Amino acid sequence: MIQVRELSKLYGKKQVVENVTVDIQRGQITSFIGPNGAGKSTLLSMVSRLLDADTGEVLIDSTNTKKMKSNELSKRVSILKQSNFMNVRLTIRELVSFGRFPYSKGRLNDEDEKMVDQAIAYMDLAEMEHAYLDELSGGQRQRAFIAMVIAQDTDYVLLDEPLNNLDMKHSVQIMKILRRLVDELGKTVIIVLHDINFASVYSDRIVALKNGRVVKDGPTEEIIQSAALKEIYDMDIPIQQMNNCRICVYFNS
Amino acid sequence: MRDLHKMLILVALALAACGVYLFHDLNGSFDYALPRRGIKVFAMVLTGIAIAYATVVFQTITHNRILTPSIMGLDSLYMLLQTLLIFFLGSDHISIMNRQVNFILSIAAMVIFALLFYHFLFKKGNQPIYFLLLIGIIFGTFFGSISTFLQVLIDPNEFQIVQDQMFASFNNVNSDLVWLSLIVIVVLIAFAWKHNASLDVLSLGRDTALNLGVNYDSLVRYMLILSAVLIAVATALVGPITFFGLIVANLSYQFFKSYKHSVLLLGAIVISVLALVGGQWVVERLFTFNTTLSVIINFIGGIYFIYLLLKESRAK
Repeated sequence: MIQVRELSKLYGKKQVVENVTVDIQRGQITSFIGPNGAGKSTLLSMVSRLLDADTGEVLIDSTNTKKMKSNELSKRVSILKQSNFMNVRLTIRELVSFGRFPYSKGRLNDEDEKMVDQAIAYMDLAEMEHAYLDELSGGQRQRAFIAMVIAQDTDYVLLDEPLNNLDMKHSVQIMKILRRLVDELGKTVIIVLHDINFASVYSDRIVALKNGRVVKDGPTEEIIQSAALKEIYDMDIPIQQMNNCRICVYFNS
Repeated sequence: MRDLHKMLILVALALAACGVYLFHDLNGSFDYALPRRGIKVFAMVLTGIAIAYATVVFQTITHNRILTPSIMGLDSLYMLLQTLLIFFLGSDHISIMNRQVNFILSIAAMVIFALLFYHFLFKKGNQPIYFLLLIGIIFGTFFGSISTFLQVLIDPNEFQIVQDQMFASFNNVNSDLVWLSLIVIVVLIAFAWKHNASLDVLSLGRDTALNLGVNYDSLVRYMLILSAVLIAVATALVGPITFFGLIVANLSYQFFKSYKHSVLLLGAIVISVLALVGGQWVVERLFTFNTTLSVIINFIGGIYFIYLLLKESRAK
């Protein structure tokens, strides 16, 4: 379980995250939703130590992340950000191999190679594993980065808007893979999402942020309600039940 | 394995260059010419190693392939120090006349400057690295302006001595200093070599490096200080030559097309030895000392730099 305790972050004088306390259960997909500037990405960055919190602490399975060694933490929690600019030219396989760095420090043994093979196969990239990243489409590249995180083999996988710039097909593909990671491999996935319908269909729990505070936190069915959404987004959003999915019809509200 | 072949070819070429430099036209002068040439080759190899290593590492931590560590202003500080010594103490003072004293003074000034500089910057929390570079440029320009100002006031004869210090030269390298530099450079690089795999991860960017458990901020600090010290040693030994690193680092990237620092660093080191020794031979035999190596380096380096800029702008 990840326990976030009274986490705050100031940018200049602006409080982007304010006293956030939230528990994230194991073996579930938890989505962070909310309007732009609500502090979702900042919160995720602080949980994953990419950003230092001004106050508060993060406990992972009851251990304070500040007290964990960087290398130990990287075997338990992985984070994937929106933009992954790189100065070097890598093939898919080389990138995924980097996922084993916390274990092998760059010298891959047989087990590491096996994990890399599995991760590549899991993301359906085996045929193009020797292709260079800059030759790939956005969806393929995103899959390659997720494969790296899978090779990293952490209990907790944090993703910051992984569906950005992806078309419907690839978005669905990636969400299905994340669902499989949780259901088949027992991972815990925390994801920042913009499209509430993806959050509604795929997540177990939703944490809604607004102006740096948690305004809603609960199982998906409780959050995907017109009243709750009104509070989060200031919009009247009717909800339709279709094929066992709760779909928010926000386009003309 | 293709990398290994390329590396072997480069090493063979570098050794051949050293052999030609040492033995060409020696006329059996084993007692006189050979030891003198040997010291020069030794100095060139050391300088090559220090500059190549510092530049590749510096480019990795700044995520930029057209920067050199000279942007930190160390070369300018070296020139300012030399100018100040001659301006206030005169060219016959021990700090200029005695190479050892000058060497120690120069290194001390550059290392203390670098440490103070980083200390004040890092104390204010984690500043973005570009902020640090920007301040480096300002300091460099500041030092350069003061040097120029003093050089204009100086006696023309004294200015000759300053001018000698302005260009890197292997022609009167002191053998004691070479040994001292050898120890410093070898010890530093031997300790740093184990970080090669972490440097590979660093080139994936800060977020990915942190995700993979690399202690980003402390590694960047360590490597910045390391490259500053290496540059200081090389500059104090032969003079300002940092621009040279830009060429060899980029040649190594182009030649090896690898992301592995163990390959890139070794490649850059061998290329720089080849270029320095080969270049010095050309200067001595073909130009018969009518020009200096650093003039040629700046000429070729400048052209290559423009080529890199054009190539980068086309890629965007």
